[in-house]
Amino acid sequence: METKLPASKDLFLIRESLNSTDQDQNKSEIENPKSKITMLDLSVNVHKLMLKNPVMSASGTFGYGIEFDDFIDVNRLGGILTKACTSKNRDGNRYPRMAETPAGMLNSVGLQNKGVEYFINTIYPKIEHYDTHIIVNVSDSTVEGYMEVAEKLNSLEKVNGIELNISCPNVKEGGMAFGTSCPMAGAVTKAVRGVYSKTMIVKLSPNVTNIAEIAKAVEDEGADSVSVINTLLGMAIDAEKRRPILSTITGGLSGPAIKPIALRMVWQVSKAVKIPVIGLGGISNATDAIEFLLAGATAIQVGTANFIDPQVCIKILDGIEEYCNRHGVKDIKELIGALN
Amino acid sequence: MKKFIHDFEVTHNHHITDNYFAIYLKCPVALPQILPGQFAEVLVSNSTTTYLRRPFSIYDVDYEKNVLSLLIKKVGDGTSALSKLKEGDILNLIYPLGNSFSLPEGKKALLIGGGVGIAPMLLLAKFLHGKGYKPDVLIGGRTSNDIVEPEKYKPFGEVFITTDDGSAGEKGMVTQHSLFSENVKEYSMLYACGPDPMMKAVARVAASLEIPCEISLENTMACGIGACLCCVVETVDGNKTTCIEGPVFDTRKLK
Repeated sequence: METKLPASKDLFLIRESLNSTDQDQNKSEIENPKSKITMLDLSVNVHKLMLKNPVMSASGTFGYGIEFDDFIDVNRLGGILTKACTSKNRDGNRYPRMAETPAGMLNSVGLQNKGVEYFINTIYPKIEHYDTHIIVNVSDSTVEGYMEVAEKLNSLEKVNGIELNISCPNVKEGGMAFGTSCPMAGAVTKAVRGVYSKTMIVKLSPNVTNIAEIAKAVEDEGADSVSVINTLLGMAIDAEKRRPILSTITGGLSGPAIKPIALRMVWQVSKAVKIPVIGLGGISNATDAIEFLLAGATAIQVGTANFIDPQVCIKILDGIEEYCNRHGVKDIKELIGALN
Repeated sequence: MKKFIHDFEVTHNHHITDNYFAIYLKCPVALPQILPGQFAEVLVSNSTTTYLRRPFSIYDVDYEKNVLSLLIKKVGDGTSALSKLKEGDILNLIYPLGNSFSLPEGKKALLIGGGVGIAPMLLLAKFLHGKGYKPDVLIGGRTSNDIVEPEKYKPFGEVFITTDDGSAGEKGMVTQHSLFSENVKEYSMLYACGPDPMMKAVARVAASLEIPCEISLENTMACGIGACLCCVVETVDGNKTTCIEGPVFDTRKLK
């Protein structure tokens, strides 16, 4: 914007004043939850974090929340998982970083972010006002890097949890390498546990033979919860050009295409560990969300669906409430792992 | 800069040539101000193979009728599905997105569009004309079928045409048009949108003539609102998102 000439700045002012009259027209429909008279308890507990409801946004699909302020009341969410935060600035991978696939997409963004110091000094002041849990997704190339980020975040008053990303498939070093072997996953979890005192969630990779074993390994080393699952490693090819579409050749698959796999893994992991499981992978509507709860998830995250509909998190929340009312459920916790 | 999400009603789907069509969409509320260069993310709900929204430049805006239009070329399943929309159908848009073109230093500017890349130039021509500038328009295409609605630009300035096969206007690429060997120095700004090779050629010409140049990029994107970071372009100041920090970039800043 700073490159714009004065005349066009005038226009921005006009537009903003025009918009102030209908400031909330986007939200009008979605900010009127149907009935508040029911005594429905939507709150769930992820270790020490009490979420007002089980609906959170998934890391890398929701920016820092502020990108969605025009479309929804972010405060209504149970929590927001920020874009990954690393010890140093990362430019990410080269364009093209995205390929559309049947019922989903591949990405190879590669953890682009400006580093933990920038997060603390520049982003955190813009989001600390949110009346929802801010959980920072933490990644790096080395165990020391993970520790550095976690330690620095530990003192932020409004960040009550971190999500250790040991499952990013799009970086050459670190990321998924930590999440695909039990000793490595355990080691990074243990190291960060030593420097981080609040709720520590570990986000697991589905690109493994037995995800339950990895879940147990991180539980044994002090993880308070696990997020299941990150993206599945995939590939897309442009047949006309005989070239891979992504600059990195492979990338992470997300969207409805991966939902059945995610659901199966949530079910497997929730049987294997005692800590709460957060389910994600292709959740696009309230029915999907309920299915994850029934499979054993305590809370859920909405990811790629945010790209299709920036209001989807709120629609899912309202839909969960509607489902509970229709099924006579008084406490959402009754649904966790409650398959007949 | 507030963004909106609305269900628009199709008032008219104007098939211009075999491959190009313009959809006219009525907004359910008063349209916010839309700047030239801005775009909309369109939800293509009538194509099962189109999962993500599709970004399209906003072609024209009629604030009195509360209608905006999108100029689209049929290239795949999503755009084919959009070409079939009829009056009364509903289309969901997230808009207005992105930055906008900036104003030229002097009076005259040259707006260059290749094929469907002409889409953002109509609003820009109108806007510049309304501010007292003189926008000339250069439209390039493979054949005369790719020169879309050139008459629309005539009220605002001169219109020049090139086609690869010479079926309309001068034969050759836009940068081979005779105006580049004559009075191109009169222009204080070049604006371009079109295929990558065309925009690169325009940027090279602009650099050699030392005329400022802005181009509108068409990087593939997912969200359109700065969340996914898929649409980045490399600039001298690091990676920038095409959806929020673009789609319009000064070519001197691009790598």
